[in-house]
Amino acid sequence: MLAYLIRRLFAAAVMLVVIVMVVFGIFFLVPKWAGVDIATSFVGKQADPAAVEGVRQKLGLGDPIYAQVWEFFKGIFVGRTYSGGGDTIQCAAPCFGYSFRSEQAVWPVLTDRFPVTLALALGAAVLWLVFGVAAGVLSALKRGTLWDRGAMVVALAGVSLPIYFTGMLSLAVFAFGLKWIDAQYVPLEDSFSGWFGAMILPWITLAFLYAAMYARITRATMLEILGEDYIRTARAKGLKEQTVIGKHAMRSTMTPILTMLGMDLGALIGGAILTESTFNLPGLGRAVLDAIRNQDLPIIVGVTLITSLAVLFANLVVDVLYAVIDPRVRLS
Amino acid sequence: MTELSKSGAAVGEPTTASSSGTAFLEVRDLKVHFPTDDGLVKSVDGLSFQLEKGKTLGIVGESGSGKSVTSLGIMGLHSAGQYGKRKAQVSGEIWLDGTELLSADPDYVRKLRGREMSMIFQDPLSALHPYYTIGQQIVEAYRIHNKVDKKTAKRRAVEMLDRVGIPQPDKRVDSYPHEFSGGMRQRAMIAMSLVNNPELLIADEPTTALDVTVQAQILDLIRDLQTEFGSAVIIITHDLGVVAELADDILVMYGGRCVERGQAEKVFYEPRHPYTWGLLGSMPRLDRDQQERLIPVKGSPPSLINIPSGCAFNPRCPYADVPKDNVTRTVRPELAEVASRHWAACHMTQEQRERIWTEEIAPKL
Amino acid sequence: MTTQRTSGQRKRSFAAVAAVAALLTTAACGGGGDDGDKGSSTGAAGFDAANNKIAQASLAKKGGTLKFGGAQDADSWDTTRGYYGFMWNFARYYSRQLVTGKTEPGAAGAELTPDLATGLAKVTDDGKTYTYTLRDGVTWEDGKAITSKDVKYGIERVWAQDVLSGGPVYLKDVLDPKGEYKGPYKDTSADKLGLKAIDTPDDKTIVFHLPQANSDFEEMLALVSASPVRQDKDTKSKYGLKPFSSGPYKFESYSPGKELTLTRNASWKQASDPIRKAYPDKITVTFFSDANQLDQRLLNGDLDLDINQTGMSPQGRTTALKEHKGNLDNPVSGYIRYAVFPQSVAPFDNIECRKAVIYGADHVSLQTARGGPVAGGDIGTNMLPPSIPGAEGQKYDPYEIAGANKDGNEAKAKEALKACGKASGFKTTIAVRNNKPVEVATAQSLQASLKKIGITAEIDQYDGSQTSGIIGSPENVKKKGYGIIIMGWGPDFPSVQGFGLPLWNSKYILESGNSNFALIKDKTIDGLFDQYVTTLDDAGKTKLSTEINHKVMEGAYYLPFVFEKFINWRSDNLANVYTTDSYSGMYDFVNLGLKSPK
Repeated sequence: MLAYLIRRLFAAAVMLVVIVMVVFGIFFLVPKWAGVDIATSFVGKQADPAAVEGVRQKLGLGDPIYAQVWEFFKGIFVGRTYSGGGDTIQCAAPCFGYSFRSEQAVWPVLTDRFPVTLALALGAAVLWLVFGVAAGVLSALKRGTLWDRGAMVVALAGVSLPIYFTGMLSLAVFAFGLKWIDAQYVPLEDSFSGWFGAMILPWITLAFLYAAMYARITRATMLEILGEDYIRTARAKGLKEQTVIGKHAMRSTMTPILTMLGMDLGALIGGAILTESTFNLPGLGRAVLDAIRNQDLPIIVGVTLITSLAVLFANLVVDVLYAVIDPRVRLS
Repeated sequence: MTELSKSGAAVGEPTTASSSGTAFLEVRDLKVHFPTDDGLVKSVDGLSFQLEKGKTLGIVGESGSGKSVTSLGIMGLHSAGQYGKRKAQVSGEIWLDGTELLSADPDYVRKLRGREMSMIFQDPLSALHPYYTIGQQIVEAYRIHNKVDKKTAKRRAVEMLDRVGIPQPDKRVDSYPHEFSGGMRQRAMIAMSLVNNPELLIADEPTTALDVTVQAQILDLIRDLQTEFGSAVIIITHDLGVVAELADDILVMYGGRCVERGQAEKVFYEPRHPYTWGLLGSMPRLDRDQQERLIPVKGSPPSLINIPSGCAFNPRCPYADVPKDNVTRTVRPELAEVASRHWAACHMTQEQRERIWTEEIAPKL
Repeated sequence: MTTQRTSGQRKRSFAAVAAVAALLTTAACGGGGDDGDKGSSTGAAGFDAANNKIAQASLAKKGGTLKFGGAQDADSWDTTRGYYGFMWNFARYYSRQLVTGKTEPGAAGAELTPDLATGLAKVTDDGKTYTYTLRDGVTWEDGKAITSKDVKYGIERVWAQDVLSGGPVYLKDVLDPKGEYKGPYKDTSADKLGLKAIDTPDDKTIVFHLPQANSDFEEMLALVSASPVRQDKDTKSKYGLKPFSSGPYKFESYSPGKELTLTRNASWKQASDPIRKAYPDKITVTFFSDANQLDQRLLNGDLDLDINQTGMSPQGRTTALKEHKGNLDNPVSGYIRYAVFPQSVAPFDNIECRKAVIYGADHVSLQTARGGPVAGGDIGTNMLPPSIPGAEGQKYDPYEIAGANKDGNEAKAKEALKACGKASGFKTTIAVRNNKPVEVATAQSLQASLKKIGITAEIDQYDGSQTSGIIGSPENVKKKGYGIIIMGWGPDFPSVQGFGLPLWNSKYILESGNSNFALIKDKTIDGLFDQYVTTLDDAGKTKLSTEINHKVMEGAYYLPFVFEKFINWRSDNLANVYTTDSYSGMYDFVNLGLKSPK
């Protein structure tokens, strides 16, 4: 188990280095090859030559590429100092770059936005797991019945409907129409009920999409598992049917669900752009959306890196959970 | 095809037991039919037998002959896992220790499972849950029926593993099924089945998935345990060899029905059904030279949806034309006593069968 | 404002959610809107009630929270660095200038009035020396007095472009055209006040010495980039995150792209400030990524107004016009939307070919593409925005764009083509920003009408975020053969100089970041601008403005589409609302009040 963990961690670390280099390459080298001067995109459209030169100096854009990559890398671990034009900016470790558009280090932006995204993703995940898996199991157990068909039609709708549609619809009905909730985001530290009220629609909307997918995969997996010999064995032991389903069949059904969950959470932690934008939640997704609109390259790089890290981390967690769930994995 | 008697009453298996049932296990006219889109699958179609405590019954037949469904029927598992599908149609009676199971409360039957009657399956690798340790699975089986704490249950598990011959049981109890060899797994499976001292043990192809050498060990183990626990045992197999030394009685199934039944030595040495001859011919024998060709039963098992009219075995029977008037293809033969405690269902006369057996079949075996 | 926020993007996904829109409309407006023209003390003031006039001035009460929403954060809240119009407007909450626009509706708002200064400048006859005296009792948010040195330091920051990029540089160009001063951060003098063009003989007096006169200089001093900044509070590039307040409000919290909250500056004294009323206790700005969301909040009454002031999204606009017309104003934005013909690309070096396009275009169709008369604006007939002194609006229509030729005049266009020597037409390329669907629509309209007169135009949609690099480079324009460029322009300050100088003056043809797309090199126009900056009387300036506009139009360098108008929302609760020419038809933020403070 330990060896397995170490192997996975090592692989993750290697991936991390590769990701940083690829991301850096995409955002800093590709424009250079394309002949676009990055410095101008930091100062806005009325680019005063002095301003462009100032940015170039501060960011070290005139340095050779390898030096830039190294500076970026080093910044993550020991922090970085940007100076130019008589102005000095300290970017404390972990320095994931500095946004000259909004005059703030990228890392605090990420840490500020991350909890919102995390809360959104986790809250929705709880909902979609509970409802998606329950619906999937019920569908499997009642296969072919009206319930099953109804649930699968709803699931199909859930998978097919874009989130901005369901999001806008739910806002229109519950926030603006019935006025049950005020969908204005309130930070958790300000008011729990306000926060909860603001999060509930995004949770439900996002969960609806995923619950649909999870219901479908749960149903299919459960049907497959129910045909396994060990389920028959469990019954032959005299176990109650709910134990057979709830314990023996569920544990196996969880394996593919967990894989999906890991991937989905990883991706969502990188920012549920549509959901955050629709509900105006100040998460990473909105940060990156705004950054794209404002051409705020460092923020885009930062969020991309964090997204990659989140996916990487989620993979790692899935791998570990795999080993916990399925003892056979520990050997290989 | 001749329409079969729906009542099933025509099945001529002699019944000695009263309705209250004197035998420990008595199955009467059991029918298990599965409705499907293609038609009604008559997996078991009128099966009767008895079994006493301490005795072993071998149910022999090819796959698809209904032997596994029979065992599942007794366990009350015939329709488990049939979610959403049309329910199996079951009729007849299954008496276990004086209780009729088919009409009993399902929860009552559930409580019997694992305690009064338990089962060993063919492939222990797939029959054991891959995510739980052997110990956990045995503990679970024990604690369903015994209100004991986990520690006690685990001691019991270790004891059982020890009993079935697993070395270092206190360590292996925490192993996962995939960490065991095939034989060990089956031993563990047996340990799990016997953890509650069941009075009836059903072993469904317990050795089929195992190496030949291991097979013998497992069979020995089953026999020893039976002697020790005094359970009634049903061994289900397609291989007569498996039951040769183990079974007191043998029941040969074909197409969902019993074609021959009797004391083991009778069925082995004086078989009175051509299908049994075929099975005997295809039985590998340790006392024979392996070079010698086995004689398999030609053809394939009948469709359980469209069971051949007349004798279900007639399309494969080399002697189908021995009886006159094409009777094998029109009239279904009933079980008839051919000797004391020995029944067979064949249109051929006793004499014809005796002659064919002694002159044509036995010398080749 | 030459830097525009990208309002185009917001329009994209709306078609897809049109189905939801219908639901939204009925759901959000269950109470029914009052679209009457008469205002009430509780409801909306009425359609256009605040357009160039004050709506419900007397209903404003002290206190409460004024809630702004926005789909776009400011480029920077640093007074030196901001260039967005709404930022300049909003900056008056927390910054004061020597002079500023009057807090009055319409054209009067564009007139200057003393703010920190006791009066408008005492200007010497040669127009080269401006002297101001500071008012008594003007203070920073920590209670210290605002001195002339603070004003000088604030202005000096404009020179530090390498650190404080983004803002307008007019003051730098006018006070130090040779670029001798290196900015306060590289200033070797002890007090960092080394800029020679400004004298501060005492804490109350500030004197500006212009190397050359510029009649709009005082307009430039009214820009927020001329706000005082106190040296010990200057956090350089980070100043925009928490500017030190000289106005009635100070930064309470700011999270870029998320929210901004201003609270009362206790040190600010009403007596020291003749123009700011400071009604609300608190001002909040919430930013949205989805403009649609913003409009929903406005319609729902959660927010009082849009800080961006660039008009509602098409969907919100439709709902609002139908259900809440009384909450809307339809002012002129100050922007002109147009097509421009670079003379470097043949055959647009020939004025007749340029005229052919102007005559041949279907101007009504172009107006429709811009959103129609209400949301798009009136058909543009010349190149001076109606809010600028000297503008004549549709009265000056040399090509009868809004008149006889409004549906396109094929005959006249073909005549012009013949005169150009291209009787059978020609091929060209229309360059348009890909992130502005409305501009793309105008390009398509133009393409269609040009086809009728034999001009085959290909549309090239370029990366809108790279505008300055792509069409701002004359070399690139020539290389790509962009004969027609679709653009828009608005004034930095309400004068012909604040609007047209970079567009029409030959001195402003730059290798990159060029805005004189037509490459106008007209000595007459250059001369008129020179004359304009030295003309100090308003009547003379107005006359020159008109003249410059005429010269530009006579050159047929431009095909104006519309004098842009937009639809802006004001909540029922908003009082003392009016649009001002000072900020191109935006509501004047600084004196907004609430009817029932909450």
